[in-house]
Amino acid sequence: MKRTNLKTNDLILQTVVKVVFFIIFIYSVYIFFAGHYTPGGGFVGGLMTSSAIVLLLLAYDVKTVAAVIPFNFLKIAATGLLLALGTGMASFFYKVPFLTHAHGPVHLPFFGEVELASATAFDLGVYLVVVGVTMTIIQTIGETE
Amino acid sequence: MSNNLVMMPLILPLIAGILLIFFNRKPILQRIISTVFSLAALIFSLILTASVYQSGIQIVEIGGWAPPYGITFVADMYASLLVLTTSLIGLTGILYSFRTIGREREYFFYYPAVQFLLAGVTGAFLTGDIFNLFVFFEVLLMASYVLMVLGGTKRQLRESIKYIAVNVFSSALFVITVAFLYAVTGTLNMADLSVKISESGQTGLLTVIAILFLIVFGMKGAIFPLYFWMPGSYNAPPAAVSALFGALLTKVGVYAITRVYTLIFIHDQAFTHGLLAWLAALTILFGVIGAIAYWDVKKIVIYNIITAVGVILFGVAAANPAGIEGSIYYLIHDMIIKGALFFLAGIMISITGTSDLRKMGGLIHRYPVPGWMMFVSAISLAGIPPLSGFIGKLKVIQGGFEAGEYAFAFVVLLSSLLVLYSVMKVFIHGFWGEEKPIQGNPSVKGMVYPVVILVALSAAIGLGTEFIAPFVTQAAETLLDPSIYIDAVLKEQ
Repeated sequence: MKRTNLKTNDLILQTVVKVVFFIIFIYSVYIFFAGHYTPGGGFVGGLMTSSAIVLLLLAYDVKTVAAVIPFNFLKIAATGLLLALGTGMASFFYKVPFLTHAHGPVHLPFFGEVELASATAFDLGVYLVVVGVTMTIIQTIGETE
Repeated sequence: MSNNLVMMPLILPLIAGILLIFFNRKPILQRIISTVFSLAALIFSLILTASVYQSGIQIVEIGGWAPPYGITFVADMYASLLVLTTSLIGLTGILYSFRTIGREREYFFYYPAVQFLLAGVTGAFLTGDIFNLFVFFEVLLMASYVLMVLGGTKRQLRESIKYIAVNVFSSALFVITVAFLYAVTGTLNMADLSVKISESGQTGLLTVIAILFLIVFGMKGAIFPLYFWMPGSYNAPPAAVSALFGALLTKVGVYAITRVYTLIFIHDQAFTHGLLAWLAALTILFGVIGAIAYWDVKKIVIYNIITAVGVILFGVAAANPAGIEGSIYYLIHDMIIKGALFFLAGIMISITGTSDLRKMGGLIHRYPVPGWMMFVSAISLAGIPPLSGFIGKLKVIQGGFEAGEYAFAFVVLLSSLLVLYSVMKVFIHGFWGEEKPIQGNPSVKGMVYPVVILVALSAAIGLGTEFIAPFVTQAAETLLDPSIYIDAVLKEQ
């Protein structure tokens, strides 16, 4: 984009984004964990996390955001795939069909009795893939001259 | 009884594809990982085929949910043989890529895309759920879009726009067709679909859906009025990619037509299979017309794919033991030999720097091995007895005669002659005659041995037909009698 000599001042935008980013991010985490019992899940959670990062990209520039969130998003997507596939393959060790999920109450030191499902790990994989792919697309298009 | 062995040929390329994403800047490591995982996939598909042969159809109920509620992966003999051939083509394709694909493409996720393509093809062969079949179609199509456009030359960009447009359209039609089918039957599991349709009888609406499926899969598998996208698209990418496409992608469409027309829509054969026979015959005709019309090495091979698709589908349309067996033999033979022919076309183009037959000649003096490989592949493609193409075509024609389709069977016979003419044209003009100055890279180091593997295998299938005959017979039995498939999937709890 061609820059004029007149400096724009994004103070209000940048300050608001600093606050709003965390609200959106936490909401996306909430949506992610809500997926088992209420509407939500890995896909929409991942999209919302990437929209929070996109908001950062709008307020700042690509380089600043890359410095703040120093991940290679393509590798995040690959990690997500590995996690999802690994959840499926874990069933091999228990001699049950591929992608059989386990769930049940687990006693954790701080939280006490918690109902956990291995489907969450699969969903985390989906979440990472969605974040990784969305951000790769946006960053790649954004950086192309 | 669930047997996770069925998943292995699918999971191994997936793991390989994911791992390769992490190492995109290390070409040597990429080659090692690709080769090791492809070899492992080949070994596991061999084990799978052996276990299907010994103890019948193997299934996995994904997630432990019994069919028809969950997704089932079903390895019958037909699917296992195709998975075995796929992993073999995948391995040779990767070996061929080492010398031909170039650093640029290797850096930009060529090998992961190949592995995802193989995973998609394997999944499409193994799945027992019609919507899951759609998902695997998309997996292999996405990977093929990447492979087609990778490199970014002008021609690749132009052809991939057409290819993607056609496939997006046919995928949308696939979803609509599945929606119709689900509205009518209320199930997506293939075995359960077959039961539901047998109970209610194939009404007119279901025959319409059957034809819609023929259009969808025909577009993927390049049958007569729907093959228009193929000659341009398959010509654009490098030879290694064309070989994977030519050997695997259209065959998935053919497999899907065979599956739905032998398992699900079997109650109005006079109409559906009659139409299929007509389309197969026209596909053969238009394929050979294209094959003899061109002077471009790759175009000739591409039009031969179309002819082969016609021959295979004619065997299916005959719907008797000889026809089905013939189409299985011919399908396996054609996957192997099309791989070899594309590799050879790639070698010729790499040496001469042109794909125009009129500008090359006399290659056999300096390149005897590729030359004779071309000769053997050519006669194998045409169906000369000691090689693999013979038994398939013989059985297809026998099936045609038994079904009383004399005219169509003669079309198949005549097509062999013209196919032989078209590939002999490549051999005679490319390898015989005066040596012409070559503009390309005179070294063929590392490019010939994948061809030798495939041609040797083709000869082995031809000579050892007795050895593979029981496997093919078992595959044909399942296709001819859907109750074997249905019992294995639904009754075995």
